[in-house]
Parts: sequence; structure tokens; C-alpha cells
Amino acid sequence: MNLLPIIDVGLALLVLGIATWTIAAREVFGAVVGYVVYGLLLSLVWVRLYAPDVALTEAAVGGGVTGVLLLTAGARLRSGGGKEAGEATGLPLRVVAAVLSLLVALGLAAVVLFLPEPPATLAPEARAGLAATGLGNPITAVLISYRSFDTMLEKIVLVLALTGVWSVAADGAWGRAPAPIGRMAPDGALTLLTQTLAPLGIVVGLHIFWVGADAPGGAFQGGALLAAMWMIVMMARLAEAPRIDARWLRLALIAGPAVFFLAGLAGVAWGDGFFSYPPGFAKPIILFIEAFMLLTIAVTLPMLVAGPPSKGAGR
Amino acid sequence: MSFALDVFSLAAIGAGAFFFFAGMVGLLRFPDSLTRLHALTKADNLGLGLVVLGLLPQAGSLLAALKLIIVWVLVLLSGAATSQMIGRALRKGEDRK
Repeated sequence: MNLLPIIDVGLALLVLGIATWTIAAREVFGAVVGYVVYGLLLSLVWVRLYAPDVALTEAAVGGGVTGVLLLTAGARLRSGGGKEAGEATGLPLRVVAAVLSLLVALGLAAVVLFLPEPPATLAPEARAGLAATGLGNPITAVLISYRSFDTMLEKIVLVLALTGVWSVAADGAWGRAPAPIGRMAPDGALTLLTQTLAPLGIVVGLHIFWVGADAPGGAFQGGALLAAMWMIVMMARLAEAPRIDARWLRLALIAGPAVFFLAGLAGVAWGDGFFSYPPGFAKPIILFIEAFMLLTIAVTLPMLVAGPPSKGAGR
Repeated sequence: MSFALDVFSLAAIGAGAFFFFAGMVGLLRFPDSLTRLHALTKADNLGLGLVVLGLLPQAGSLLAALKLIIVWVLVLLSGAATSQMIGRALRKGEDRK
């Protein structure tokens, strides 16, 4: 007897239940906790769909980073005297949102139900081109080689998002450091946890980045883990957030997209065109680009969570 | 030998599942936050520890077994630290009343 289908159905029901609960939760805090659980369950779903790369990203970004981002945003709304979510939205807006969500859900369901049999797939082509890249993980090959331009633009979006967050700072606060995350007093237990967890997490993050060439993992997953480690260090007040006009911070923020872009331009000069990697050197170049993307991701995500610079902090 | 190991795995994972179940019942039924926290730590520490113990013979390689143990130790560490923080936050909340 095979129990896996039962577990799959149970998992799907749990995801649906948690999703409903997240929407129905009356408090921001409860909804965010529901969302984090939803992200963790979803990463299990991705594992069951044989997509460990997506599962890692979902666990790190969907469950972890976005959860912290939403929690801090919720806390900021409360302390700013804002209304709890749900009070501010009127009935017409809710109906419109529900109808739109329903349309998207129905559209997705229709697409899944009417997939051709067997489903169209590019997986064999992705695998066939692997030899030319020198990589062992087709996902990494797709991200950094086949559709490298998209991946570069995604990193630029991250930097743009941070620019957006910074742009809501008050004039007098510009160039200063963001306020500490969570505004907690230093706590013995958190300090101990951070001092033990952060070194381990940094090693694991770098490992996930390094094995990404040949196994599930990569710059985004590793970078998200490194970002989480920096966040917990800032939360434990073991290190303060840097001033947003710090030269090293600005350089780290643009390092990923800039190196990516330059590598693409180098393809024009020495190769067959924009983003063409010279044969035989593809893997070293891809790892080189990924290393800088790792840096950018590890710096951008915590700065997004830390929020806009504030007047009180940073001397 | 492998049969004995399978029995050991089943027994340990079953015991772990029992602790998770008991912890869940406690989480739902206990009257206040501190006792609920107490119930939860049993599931985290003993439940996961027994599940990991049961999975060790099935891990296949020494590295995989080591990874399982590291996962357990990390959960222990973060569980202990967060329980401490939640407990402290609760006590502060009571002082204010």
C-alpha cells in the first residue's frame, strides 16, 4: 500500500486551510504567522513536486524573509497609529478583490486542467545544453545561462525595491541608518542563539551557493540564508544597521547586477554576443557572477527589512 | 539485522509521533501561555529527537546521519532560545497589568 497519495492530499488540504485562515485572520500578526506557515507548507509541496530548488527558495524567501518583512511592516503600521488591516477596506473593494482573485484562480485551474497530454516541456532541451555550460544543475543553467538577462533584471528589481523603501524616509533622516529591527532590548537568549546560529548559517549559506552549480541550491537560496543571518545579528543588536550612504553598502548593492551586466558586455567583445559565455569558461564565469549576486542578495534583503533610514538612529 | 533496525526505526518514530501528538494536545488544551509553551517544548525536543533517532539507521550515509543530528541540535537551540524569549515577553506583559 502506498501512503504517499494520502499525504499529498492531506498536504494540499492543509495548504488550502492555512490559506483560508490567513485571509480570514482579523489581526495583522495572526495573518502574517499564517502566511509563514503557508510558505513552509508550500515548500513541502514543491519537494513533493520534485522541485527542490523552488522548495529552498520558497522556504527561505516565501516563509522567512517575506514573513519578517510583513511582521515589521505590521508593527510599523500599529506604532504609526494606522488601522488594523480589514477595518480600512470597504465592501466594494473587498468584492472587487474577491472577484479578481477568483478569476485568477479559475484561469489557473483551467490552464492546469486543459494541459496537453503529455504536457509540453523544455526540460530535455535544458538538460541537453548542460554540457556547454559545465554545470550539473539544469535550474542554475536556466537562470544564469539560458535566460541570464531575466535574472539580471530581477536583481535590478531588488535594488529598485530598496530605493523605493529608502525614498519614503524623511528629508532630515536621509543618509542615516535605519532604526533597529524589532526595537527589542538586548536579550540574553537571543544573543546566545545568534552567536551560535550565525556562524553555522553563514557556512550553510555559502555551501548552498557553492553546490548550486551541480545540485539544488544557488545564489538566491544561499543569499537569502546569509541575509537571514545578518537580520538576526541586527535583531540581537550585535551589530547596528549601516548608514545608507555608506560606500561599501552602495557597492555591495550594485555589485551583483553590475558584474552580471559587465559579463554580458564581455560576451559582445570576445564572444558571440550579449551574454554569450566563451566555451570552456562558462562555469567559472557563472560562478563569478553568482558570487556577486550572492553578495547583493545578502545585503539587499536585510536592508529591505530594516526599512527607511530614521532620524534617531545612526550617528 | 536490517529487520531489527527497521523495528527500531518504527518504534522510535512512533514514540516521537506520540510526543508530537501529546505536545499538540497540550498546546490546544492547556489554560495559559506558559503551560502551552511547556507542552510545545516536549514536542520539539523529545518528539523531533526520537524521530531523528529513528531515521538515523535509514539515513544511508554517515554524512546524511550527521545532517539529521545537526537539524535536531539546531531546532533544540532555536526552540530553547525562542521559548525563553516568549516566556520573558509574557512576564513583562504580566508586570504591566
